[in-house]
Amino acid sequence: MSDHSEAVEHVGGTTQGFIYVWVALLAMTAIEVFLAYEQLPTLIMLTALMGLSVIKAALIIAYFMHLKFEKFSLFLTLFPMLVLCILLMMIFMPDSIRAMIMRVQ
Amino acid sequence: MSEAKAVAMESVWQGGGSPYAIGSKKLGMWLFIISDALTFSALLMAYTYLRLSTPDWPKPFIFVPSVVFSSVMTFCLLSSSLTMVMAVHAMNHGNRKATVNWIVATMACGLAFVVLHATEWRHLILDEHVTPFHNEWNVPLFGGTFFALTGLHMTHVIIGVIYLGIIAFAVARGKFKYEDVEVSGLYWHFVDLVWMFIFPLVYLLSARL
Repeated sequence: MSDHSEAVEHVGGTTQGFIYVWVALLAMTAIEVFLAYEQLPTLIMLTALMGLSVIKAALIIAYFMHLKFEKFSLFLTLFPMLVLCILLMMIFMPDSIRAMIMRVQ
Repeated sequence: MSEAKAVAMESVWQGGGSPYAIGSKKLGMWLFIISDALTFSALLMAYTYLRLSTPDWPKPFIFVPSVVFSSVMTFCLLSSSLTMVMAVHAMNHGNRKATVNWIVATMACGLAFVVLHATEWRHLILDEHVTPFHNEWNVPLFGGTFFALTGLHMTHVIIGVIYLGIIAFAVARGKFKYEDVEVSGLYWHFVDLVWMFIFPLVYLLSARL
């Protein structure tokens, strides 16, 4: 492609598809707000909210950030490392429960 | 394996071609996003640790204005992501005028987010007397984590609005290409993505029932 051309490089997704994703994201946000006003234990609430947030993040990355339409090698280079690092950070979480139980007792 | 396939694989491993089939700007932005995601992850983990380990963690977020405002802010950011996708889509089809209009709409949503967030901060500081180091509930870490997380995110949004403004200005003048708009879109969607974690963790988990 020449430098002056404005031709289509590649099209990932359609306008209709993006609107569906947007509606799904809004719906999941509404569910999260609803859940916040249910009397659930903090740990269960945290798990439910984070589960929904991970789905929302995946939708944004796949469709809005076009990762679904890129080469799989890009995904493999970026995300397993990120997920592993985040999981390693979670090694501290059981300690927070221990600290809470100690403070309550 | 066919001979053509073997040659293609060999050329990649010898540094030829483009292993990810994307430009260097886009790869650079992806790498920045991953590193920034780790920064936010560390802050969110620290917050979650403190939130779980403190039984008397304050719940200052009343339905009106805090939860309503933060829900509207979420709506603003999600809608801005949609308009940004439309901007990238328009640029992909070579329609610069539509691209500028969609980017301006994205910036408007971003600015609405900042104004609502500033109002929310004002309510928390003036009405609930929360500062980064003190509050009335004797859990100073609440203010520390709240202002650190939301402050860093708001900084990203403000920088994003300025970044998009520069892109819109250049696109309107016939400069920049599709990839530049797409890369700015990647940054903007990332800012939206981070809010998808801050909103439930910070606001919804501390909503006053």
